[in-house]
This record gives sequence, C-alpha cells and structure tokens, in this order.
Amino acid sequence: MTDYETHRYDVIVIGAGGAGLRAAIEAKSRGLTTALVCKSLFGKAHTVMAEGGVAAAMGNVYPEDNWKVHFRDTMRGGKYLNNWRMAQLHAQEAPDRVYELEAWGALFDRTPDGRITQRDFGGHRYARLAHVGDRTGLELIRTLQQKAVSMDIDVFMECKILRLLQDASGAVSGAVGYWRPTGEFVVFEANAVVLATGSIGRSYTYTSNSWESTGDGHAMAIWAGADVIEMECVQFHPTGMVWPLSVRGLLVTEGVRGDGGALKNRDGHRFMFDYIPEMFRAETAETEEEADAWYEDHAHNRRTPDLLPRDEVARAINAEVKAGRGSPHGGVYLDIASRRSPEFIRRRLPSMYHQFLELAGVDITAEPMEVGPTCHYMMGGVRVNPETQAATVAGLFAAGEVAGGMHGANRLGGNSLSDLLVFGRRAGMGAADFAEGRSGDIQLDAAQIDATVADAMAPFSREGGENPYEVQQDLQRTMQSLVGIIRTGPELEEALDKLGELRERTAKISVEGGRAYNPGWNLATDLPSMLTVSTAIAQGALARKESRGAHTRDDYPNPDPELGKVNFVQHQTGERGYAAPIQIGPEPLPEMPDELHELLEEGH
Amino acid sequence: MTDSIPASTPQSTGATPSPSPSPSAAAGMPATPSDATHDDVASTAPLEDGAAGHAFDPAADEEDEEDEEEPTVTLRVWRGDASGGDLVDYTLPANEGEVVLDVVHRIQATLAPDLACRWNCKAGKCGSCSSEINGMPSLMCMTRVDELPEGPITVTPMRTFPIIRDLVTDVTFNFEVAKRVPAFAPPPRPDDGYRMQQVDVERGQEFRKCIECFLCQDVCHVIRDHEENKAHYAGPRFFIRFAELEMHPLDTNDRRELVRQRMGLGLCNITKCCTEVCPEHIKITDNAIIPLKERAVDASYDPIAWLGRKILRRHKRSPEEASAASPH
Ligand SMILES: Cc1cc2nc3c(=O)[nH]c(=O)nc-3n(C[C@H](O)[C@H](O)[C@H](O)COP(=O)(O)OP(=O)(O)OC[C@H]3O[C@@H](n4cnc5c(N)ncnc54)[C@H](O)[C@@H]3O)c2cc1C
Ligand code: SF4
Ligand code: SF4
Ligand code: FES
Repeated sequence: MTDYETHRYDVIVIGAGGAGLRAAIEAKSRGLTTALVCKSLFGKAHTVMAEGGVAAAMGNVYPEDNWKVHFRDTMRGGKYLNNWRMAQLHAQEAPDRVYELEAWGALFDRTPDGRITQRDFGGHRYARLAHVGDRTGLELIRTLQQKAVSMDIDVFMECKILRLLQDASGAVSGAVGYWRPTGEFVVFEANAVVLATGSIGRSYTYTSNSWESTGDGHAMAIWAGADVIEMECVQFHPTGMVWPLSVRGLLVTEGVRGDGGALKNRDGHRFMFDYIPEMFRAETAETEEEADAWYEDHAHNRRTPDLLPRDEVARAINAEVKAGRGSPHGGVYLDIASRRSPEFIRRRLPSMYHQFLELAGVDITAEPMEVGPTCHYMMGGVRVNPETQAATVAGLFAAGEVAGGMHGANRLGGNSLSDLLVFGRRAGMGAADFAEGRSGDIQLDAAQIDATVADAMAPFSREGGENPYEVQQDLQRTMQSLVGIIRTGPELEEALDKLGELRERTAKISVEGGRAYNPGWNLATDLPSMLTVSTAIAQGALARKESRGAHTRDDYPNPDPELGKVNFVQHQTGERGYAAPIQIGPEPLPEMPDELHELLEEGH
Repeated sequence: MTDSIPASTPQSTGATPSPSPSPSAAAGMPATPSDATHDDVASTAPLEDGAAGHAFDPAADEEDEEDEEEPTVTLRVWRGDASGGDLVDYTLPANEGEVVLDVVHRIQATLAPDLACRWNCKAGKCGSCSSEINGMPSLMCMTRVDELPEGPITVTPMRTFPIIRDLVTDVTFNFEVAKRVPAFAPPPRPDDGYRMQQVDVERGQEFRKCIECFLCQDVCHVIRDHEENKAHYAGPRFFIRFAELEMHPLDTNDRRELVRQRMGLGLCNITKCCTEVCPEHIKITDNAIIPLKERAVDASYDPIAWLGRKILRRHKRSPEEASAASPH
C-alpha cells in the first residue's frame, strides 16, 4: 500500500489553461465542489503565450461578418474534416464568450467608437480577432484566473496527474497524481473529470509549445479506453524563429502578417504569390498592389496570399528553403520593417519587438525577421459529444486543445482561444450535469492507484539505466525528422519501429535524486504520454493515404474525396498503457445538414 | 482552499542563498556577490543534502584537455533545500546566442538531471523562470549569457520566498494576497455593449502586461528584509493590480482606503527598485504606486477631490462593501 492524501470533489478539471479555467468556472457556478489541477503554477499554462487574438464574429469592424461566415471559414480552413456541429456552435457562441470576458474585467483594444476592435488573421474573411496588442492569451488567462479566484475555486498547482481512475463499470471516477514540490502522491475522487491538458508539441524538437505540452490528457484518455480522432493532424505554424538556435521554434505571431508583414525569399521575392492553391484562388490577390490595398479596403480587394491558411504557408516556406532560396539560417524573411512605421510596429506588436531585440538582437522595425515552420498545435484529440464535450467513456469530458473535431485538418489562427471559451464552458456544463446525475458512492480501485504509484516510482529503483533527457531527445528527433511537416509511408513505418525501441528504453529509465521537485523524474513520468501520443500521430499519418490540411503525404500529394469523409479513430481495447498497442480504423464523419452545406457553397 | 504547496516548507533564513544585494545594488548594476561563502564553495563543495546527489565540476577534471579555442560558460548555481545548500559550479561549452535558462537546461540534460528550476514559455511571457542572476532579480529565459560580464554566472533562487529546492521557491504568498483583492465589479451591461475609449483602457493595459514573475515582490525591501511584513503588505505586484482596477473605466468598487489600510501601501517608500527589475517595463512606482498614494490620501481627507475623471461612475461601493466582495 502506498501513502497518499485523498480529495473528494464533484468535478475535477485537469488543466488550468483557458479551457480548464472556463470549465471550472462553469461547474463552480452551478454550486458544485470543483477542483482545478495543473502541472505549473496557476496562471502559467500555455494559453498565456497566445498572441494574436480570439476569433469571434462580433462584426465590430466589418458589420457584414456573422457566425455563418465564421463557420464557413472554419470548415474551409479545416478541409471539411471538422465536426460540423462543433464548428457551428463555436461560430455562434464565440461572441458571447468574448463579451463575457469583458464583463469579467478583460481590457481588449478598442475601435474609435469604443467597442472591441478586431484584427485580420489567416483564413478569416473579415477582421475578426479581438485582441490586446500581441498578448491576448495573457489577458484571457488572467481574466479567467481572477474570476476563478473570486469564486473561490480550489486550485492544486504544481500537481501532476499520472492516470485516470475508473470504477468497475469503466466510468471515470477520479485521478491519481503527485505534488511536484514534494513528490508525495495524491488521489482525487470525483463524479466527473474534465481533461483540459492542452497540446503535444514537446514530442517535436522545434516547437512553440512549453514543457507542459506532453499530451498527458490525450494519453490518459487513450489509456482509459476513450476514442481519439485525427491524431495525424498536427499543425506546423509557418513562422517560428530560426536563429539563434536556442530560440528556434519560438512563435512569431501571425499578427505580423495580419498587420502588414510580407514573406520574402533570399531574392526579396514575395513567393506566396506562387503558391496560391486552387481552393483559395478566387478570393486571393494576384498582384502585390491588390494585396497591399486589401489591408485598407477589404471590400474592393482580395486578401494577400501571405495570409493563406497556415498549412499552405508552412508548405510554401518549406519548398522555398528546399529549393535553396531561403535565408542564411534555413528560414525565409518576414518583413514588416520596410512596410510599416516603427511606431506602428512597436504599438501593435510590442512583445514581438522585444522578443527579437532581446533574444536575437534583431530590431524588427529596421530589419526583416528570419522565420520557418515550428510545431504548434494539435488538431486531433479526444472524440467528444459536441454539445456536452463528453468523451466516449462515461464520466470523462474534454475541452480545448486536448479535444478533437473542432478544427478538422487545420486550425485557423484565433480559433483556439475561442474554442477554449466556448467548449470549456460546455464541458463544465456537461460535467456538472453528469456529476449531479451520478448516483451511489464512488468506488476507487486501490489496485489502480498502487499500480500507478509503482510505475511512477520504478525509475528510482533502477540503477545505471537510460537517461530520460536522452530518450526524450531521441523521441523528438524521430518525430521531427520522420513524422514532420512532409511525410512518406516508409518514413512513418520507420518512425513506428523507432518508437517501439523508445518504449523499451523508457521501461529502463533510471533517475537520480529525490522526489521533491525533481525535473528528471518529472520527465520520466512525461515520457509514457509522449510515446502514446507520438505513436497515435504516426499511425494516423500512415493510415491517411492522402494530403489534407496540415497532414501532407509526399507519396499521396492530393486529397482523396473518400478519405475526406472519414475520421481515423484510435483507442485501446484490450491491454492499456504506453506499452500496449493502439487500434486504428476509419469511421464516417457525422452527416452535415443541407442548410449548412449551402453556407459552404455560397460565395460569401 | 486546499494548500497547493504543503505547508511544511519552512522559511529558513539560514537556507537563503548567499548573494544578497541591497535593493539599490539590485536596481543598479549586477551586484558582485559580497558574501565570503562562495569563494569557499567555488568548485567542488559537496552538497549538504545527501539526497540531492553530487557536486559536479567537469571543468576541474578536463581543464588540461580543453581546447583553448573552445569558449566555455560556467554557471554557479545554488543547490539545496529548506535545510540548507551551497553554490555548485557547472562548466559547459558555450553556444552562440544562449540565455541562462538554456545553460540550466543543458546542465539538467548532462550533468545534474535533478537540478530544479521553473520555466514554461522561454520567451519572457509566463513569468516562471524568475531567479537572481549575479544577484540581480531576472528572468533566466531573457538574460543572454553574452551580455553578462565574463566569468562565472551566479544563479540563485529569489531570496524573498521560502526555498523549495535549488532555484525553485514557494511563492504561495503571492497567490494568497491575490485572494484578498476584491473582484472587478462593473455596472450591468447595456444592450449595445460596454463602450470604452482606447486611451482609457491603455492605462489599465499597462498593468495587465504583468506576467506575475514576482521579481518586483522579490526585490522590494519591505518584505525582502522583513518577513513579518508579509502579513500586512501586498507588494508592488498587487499595488498595480489595485491601480489597474482603480483606473478601470467600468469598475464600481472604491479601493482607495482598502489599499492603504490593509495592503500596506504606506510602507512603500518609493525606492523604485520594483520598477527597475520589472521585465515588462511597467512603471510600477510612477504610474501605479504614486497615483494610488495620492488617491488614498484624497480618499481619507477629501472624498470629492479626485472624483473628476471618474464622475461618470454613478455608484462606488464603499471599502467595506468592496472587501466583503472578496472571498477571503
Ligand atoms: C506561442 C503560441 C501562440 C498562440 N497564439 C494563439 C492565438 O493568437 N490565438 C489562438 O486562438 N490560439 C493561439 N495559440 C493556441 C492556443 O494558445 C492553445 O491552443 C491554447 O491556449 C490551449 O489551451 P488549453 O486550455 O487547451 O491548454 P493549455 O493552456 O496548454 O493548458 C494546459 C493545462 O493542462 C495542465 N496539464 C497538462 N498535463 C497535466 C497533467 N498531467 N496533470 C495536471 N495538469 C496538466 C497544464 O499544467 C496546463 O495548466 C497559440 C499557441 C502558442 C504556443
Ligand atoms: S517602490 Fe515601494 S513597492 Fe517598489 S520596491 Fe520600493 S518600497 Fe517596494
Ligand atoms: S509587475 Fe513586473 S516585476 Fe512585478 S510581477 Fe508583474 S511583471 Fe513581474
Ligand atoms: S520561461 Fe516564461 S518567463 Fe521565462
């Protein structure tokens, strides 16, 4: 038997980013006991890094905008792989969620008549992103954090959840984890559990994601027997920093292009004009004059190809670099210096200005930036009911980046922050309903707890085993080189073999030191999640024999209309855990009603 | 509220790291560590905490083989826990363009896998990686190695907060203070939405840039040197929070008395050290503390005097009502 403390709640929310915070606020507002658990300090979740804005068709800048156009843009951006109902709810509810933040104290940038102003972003037909300079995520998380504090929600910070607990019926009934400062174990007993654990980016070498993004929620859902979908759809943001090496992957917000920045190759050529895909030709400018005029007047000009959806731009940059037309450090140039005044740049993009000045020694008001693709966002995730965010296992809910479906094969910028708010709230409602309806005592299975603790402690008792940092680096290299932005069948097979070897090495990891705040041990407990998620990504990528959105197969360069009608669903049926296989198969997408089909077809 | 960090972590003055800049030194130049202890521990002093493993100084062993051309970087890192600790040197090859946090990560990956530090964004956006670099409260992810003076770089935990382990401190104090700030309280939303002018939101936006790194709290002598003040002093991070709400065009709480009486605004003697360490370049003293002090005085002596700008606020809740609205 292991020693641990136990806490009992109606609802526990794992993850305190935008989605988790919003879910906890909703559950708590229903009068339920609610706990919020996170790996870092409260207020440090990855959401804090979001820059550009939150997409909501408020129509404050372009009155023509409405949910229908937003829905259409989202579905087109996602190459129609989206769950249509999620895309619809998202477009309909996002404006209310933004106004709600304002009522909770958020200070968004304003229009001249005093309303929330909105900025242009890739793939959005109208200027749609409510923002605060280029630190929108900070505003969002601080507002929700302060709201949660005012509601007296219990926060367990620096507490890492290792595994979900299930009762005899299979329903999720709690979770087990440990306090990072002490290494002591802790058990939560709950009527309902919401996963809001964010992204998977740490499985790649170059990523805009923080150390927390190890896909724990994706993995724990799989280990609990829940379905995950679209795991092959990993977004590479076109503009990450490339130099110096130590900051490679750090995000350069799309807001730079939204505010007038242009991509150029070594020869100063605006190459995006050479990469306009058929699907977007009718609405994209063909000349530099038209593209530049569009910034001032959207009604009479078509949008600049610099703001095509992210998958298109990332592939174009990749191709330019490959063709030898890149910048000295293997990227391309992003130039706003020659296009906007220094005052404008500093006012609109203050944190980009500082980021480049302080980390790269580049003054972006005077010189172009060097940028290249970086692993950024996970479209795939837990398969959920669009109304309640319920997973396919009872008692489990998921919202935010850990949930799948909303963004299809490619997410539009700004659509994540709005996703967190819309579906965080819905997950909170879904979990609250379930928790209230759940009858009888929760039975926790001591054997599950003991097994989890034993697995977590095992690296301490091994000596001279594998170094967790080396295993992680090899995992990242494998994913970066073999399951990256452009994929092929043989490379994906090779990746799956390598992941098998890495699983064996993970079973032999040993860690030094004690349990209290030990990052080596913490990493050892992250690796099982990273391996499960990486395996699911590689399997999904191998199964999807087509190119669609962010998923690009060199050996199947075109979309396949038949595959456009299915999700690849993965789950564990028999044996569970990172060492066990994950089953995969196609399932048809939910049928879209005719009136929504018509919206997609309309020229808008 | 469940304690997020087990309350057993004691505040131990004996365990605090040795470089101890005076507030003015911290504000001005990187303080040369003045304490004798580190000369003694310079390279291979074994750690007192047996569980924490071993001291490392590969440079000492490899000095002869080292290629003279290859530049190196030495980090002198405080390692230990609440019961005590020491500075330990780690020497690695230098890489171009690195920040201090990169070097810490390389130490973790190669020399000391259990070296504890906090970080998240590595871009100065989350406020996790706060520490004292050569005695100066700084973000490790925004401090470039090539901009520090030559020689070993001393990295120690924030001194104002109790040690958990190595570079990680128990910053619970700040989260507790946050609970005592009465929530934002706007009037009901009009049908066509709230209207605010950009110039009016910009005042508050400056303070909302705060990334909660708590470096200003760390450097403020009122709590850095006086543990006992923590009970009745909110600190600069929360003075800007009060200022932000006070200047919010929609807030209806009157917080002026509250910040003076219960948050210890009077103890601040405007040394400006907080402003100088703020990585977000928030003008904490000039734009928040001084105006708050003026307003608090107004509130005590002449409640009408400064209402001018806020005349549009129909109803302001009294300090009692406002503090009753906070959960703690
Ligand atoms: C640099 C950057 C800029 C971005 N800009 C934008 C933008 O402008 N607009 C936009 O819409 N989107 C943007 N995004 C995307 C968006 O920020 C993220 O998708 C979103 O913030 C994810 O939120 P989340 O709530 O799902 O998870 P996160 O904010 O990632 O939070 C995850 C939470 O889960 C916790 N957690 C994880 N695992 C565990 C565990 N095992 N135990 C306990 N807790 C755990 C973490 O501690 C954390 O609290 C950006 C992303 C990045 C990286
Ligand atoms: S100005 Fe006031 S709050 Fe800031 S460091 Fe000095 S005493 Fe502390
Ligand atoms: S005010 Fe500045 S120094 Fe203080 S916590 Fe905020 S960002 Fe850090
Ligand atoms: S890691 Fe986020 S501020 Fe340094």
